[in-house]
Amino acid sequence: MTYLAKSPWIIHYDASSCNGCDIEILACLTPMYDVERFGIINTGNPKHADIFVVTGSVNEANREVILNIYNQMPDPKVVVAVGICACSGGVFRECYNVAGGIDKLIPVDVYVPGCAARPESIIDGIVTALGILEEKRSKMPVTPRRPDFREHVEYHHQDKHRHTGGAQ
Amino acid sequence: MTDIIWAAIFVLVAPVIGGLIAGIDRKITAHMQGRVGPSVFQPFYDVGKLFEKESAVVDESQVFYAICYVIFMMFTGALFFGGGDLLLVIFALTLSQVFLVLGAYAANSPYSHVGAERELLQIMAYEPMVILTVVGLYAATRSFNVWEIASSAVPVVLIIPGIFLGFLYTLTIKLRKSPFDLSTSHHAHQEIVKGVTTEYSGPSLALIEITHWYETILLLGFLFLFFGWYPLLGVIAVIMLYLLEILIDNTNARVRWQFAVKSSWLIAVIVGVANLAALYFLGGGVA
Repeated sequence: MTYLAKSPWIIHYDASSCNGCDIEILACLTPMYDVERFGIINTGNPKHADIFVVTGSVNEANREVILNIYNQMPDPKVVVAVGICACSGGVFRECYNVAGGIDKLIPVDVYVPGCAARPESIIDGIVTALGILEEKRSKMPVTPRRPDFREHVEYHHQDKHRHTGGAQ
Repeated sequence: MTDIIWAAIFVLVAPVIGGLIAGIDRKITAHMQGRVGPSVFQPFYDVGKLFEKESAVVDESQVFYAICYVIFMMFTGALFFGGGDLLLVIFALTLSQVFLVLGAYAANSPYSHVGAERELLQIMAYEPMVILTVVGLYAATRSFNVWEIASSAVPVVLIIPGIFLGFLYTLTIKLRKSPFDLSTSHHAHQEIVKGVTTEYSGPSLALIEITHWYETILLLGFLFLFFGWYPLLGVIAVIMLYLLEILIDNTNARVRWQFAVKSSWLIAVIVGVANLAALYFLGGGVA
């Protein structure tokens, strides 16, 4: 018997989103959609969270913030990229300061496209993430305590996607 | 022998009832906000989930403090329901709160430290009233023993109504309900409010959650002492007062800590001390 799927706690981070997707995520918490029905809570604390919901694309300013939040989350954890900017960079893909989607930096488990993503599709994405969360838990080592949990994701796309600056 | 049995019953049954109360609390809160809300068993799912998670703590001593917090809360409740001395009960309760504060200070995190400081301020805010409550219960029933107070034929709440109201005020702080949810809160508030629990994750956070269930039962037991002369009324009053706390929780914005400390001290002085003084001068006196 596992309780993970019954109590997914979320941390939401607005990377460089226009706020469109963020408003839709918050709409999920309103009486209209009420995701707390499924035990979903928006925690605001990475150490309490199971699901990392990111909106917007990766750029130089938020790269470290995303990594920091991701690395502070205890295992098992999943990442849901909400909105087309988080999935691929969207219309900002070609910008000189944008590295692309969230998967350029951390492993993304579920992509929820849309501009802005609808609350229904966000909820669907999170429910899909629950299955992956269960799967990750079953693969977790018996001794889960890592000596240093902070350093397990490196800047693995750092140089490849860093575009040199200059006004264009 | 019966005291040990009652203490054991508390240790085993209190988390079950406390968790259910937390679940019903969330359900009622959701309905008040026009939502469907989670299952009433949601707190158990949450705690079960937390035990399945990885334990990622900054400092190992945090886990030790969390365990001490649970153990001393169990000890407090066991003393209370086992018919111990009420003074010892409140000192043990304070000790367990101190372990929560130490746990928050153990991690070198500003959010955690702010939470710890606010928790200390809350302890400072409610402690005078809690001690006055015990003194008031003694003044009314001539006993510090929990069972003697609970089975006393004196209508306690009618003799010390002021102290009862003062205790109700501090109960909001102790239950971490909304105007006074300064150091941490049961709701999905974000910002600084996760306070003392910020640096806890997984199993140790689950322990803190379970401790809150124990504490809820202990505090409701405290409320019952005011109605010991008529147990049925006592049970109804405890339920109604908890519903009142939920209503307060949902209709109040969080206040600043200055207000929390000033108002609870003021209330302790006005209703608590005035009530004791009235007893002393009018009704035979406080020994």
